[in-house]
Amino acid sequence: MPKKFIIDKKSVDFFKKISELSGEIITLCDQCGTCSAGCPVIEEMDITPSQMMRMVMLGDEDVMESKTMWLCATCNTCTVRCPRELDVSKVAEALRQVKLRQSMDKLNIDKIPKEELAELPQIALVAAFRKLTS
Amino acid sequence: MKIPYYPGCTLKSTAKHFENSAIESAKKLGIEFVELPRWNCCGVVASLADDDIMHHLAPVRNMIRVLEMNRDGLVENEKRLLTLCSMCFNTLKRSNQRVKEKIDDLETLNDFMYKEEIDYDGSVKIIHFLEILQEMGFDEVKKSVTKSLKNLKVAPYYGCMLLRPKEVGIDDAERPTIFEDFISSLSAKPVDWHNKSKCCGSFLTVNNKDVVVELGYDILTNAQKSGADIIVTTCPLCAFNLDNRQKNIKKKYPEFKEIPVVYFTQLMALAFGLSKEVTGFDGNYIDPIKLLESKNIKV
Repeated sequence: MPKKFIIDKKSVDFFKKISELSGEIITLCDQCGTCSAGCPVIEEMDITPSQMMRMVMLGDEDVMESKTMWLCATCNTCTVRCPRELDVSKVAEALRQVKLRQSMDKLNIDKIPKEELAELPQIALVAAFRKLTS
Repeated sequence: MKIPYYPGCTLKSTAKHFENSAIESAKKLGIEFVELPRWNCCGVVASLADDDIMHHLAPVRNMIRVLEMNRDGLVENEKRLLTLCSMCFNTLKRSNQRVKEKIDDLETLNDFMYKEEIDYDGSVKIIHFLEILQEMGFDEVKKSVTKSLKNLKVAPYYGCMLLRPKEVGIDDAERPTIFEDFISSLSAKPVDWHNKSKCCGSFLTVNNKDVVVELGYDILTNAQKSGADIIVTTCPLCAFNLDNRQKNIKKKYPEFKEIPVVYFTQLMALAFGLSKEVTGFDGNYIDPIKLLESKNIKV
């Protein structure tokens, strides 16, 4: 469904914040969709990585409510394939950081069943807590 | 050759068989791993936010230890830091690149670590064990093989962290060959397959197990359809997702047939004729021994 979007100060500020955090020149994105085509977890996502890039480019803060950034495991498949040499995984990281820096953790250790915790190697736990908590 | 060695957390616990098989196989090739004194966790994942300098502290501290080892004579003019775990390799290497590119960040980090005896100067090189083997020549590896694995069809699983991003990768990000060359040098047959560098889901195994089960099912069945008997990996996190998670895959897909997933160094120790204590196949979740014996390979 087409959506009307008005660019105002709020959206420009959001765009600038994500640009700064990611260190990427997000407007270079051509919307070619190569990142989405190669993403191994796209089937689980509600918006594709290229849609995520488009929303950030416009400064549309609705992107913060999407699951996409939390499903990115930073496998960097998109990074090595982007014809504009953009690092989409850094944009996903920037979006996560906006939430995490407000102490809005995505992972709660109390919610992981004890038997799962006993089984998981520390490499998995350290990585998950680094990525999904503040 | 003595080389500074960074084990990382998982190689000292659930992946002990990875470390043991690597150290003993390396000895056969005349390489001595000298473990970093007072090493600390690298953080597992690379810090990506542009303003986040803090999380580069842990990797950089380990690089200072390498400089100390050289100062203290534990190694002789050897500033390469060897890693086995792909996650450690990637995280250490990305941090090293960042502080080399952004000198201001390095200064900030050194200021913060004022209690360290040496400032970091960016001179350490992070290197993966496969790169050392490639550098010495896979023909050299071949010379140490005493047990033939010629009946074994092996799928090399690169995963993500050895290859991506490009500036960190040990080989071409899309068409790597280093792992295949390694497998051939052990007299086994490398299998060509299209999921060799597909992500296993990484840390999503903690909060999104279903995603990891789906990815694992796709990766493993593709290896089987491509004719593989066994999969080799370099990453303890991939190993957990592809080996231990087969239990969860089987629950979702009852027709799924298990396939062993082992560390590349276990296969090397096997080909070098090392003892079963060294190969450590009892440390893998899906038992590889039955398969190996069916291929007339005595463990």
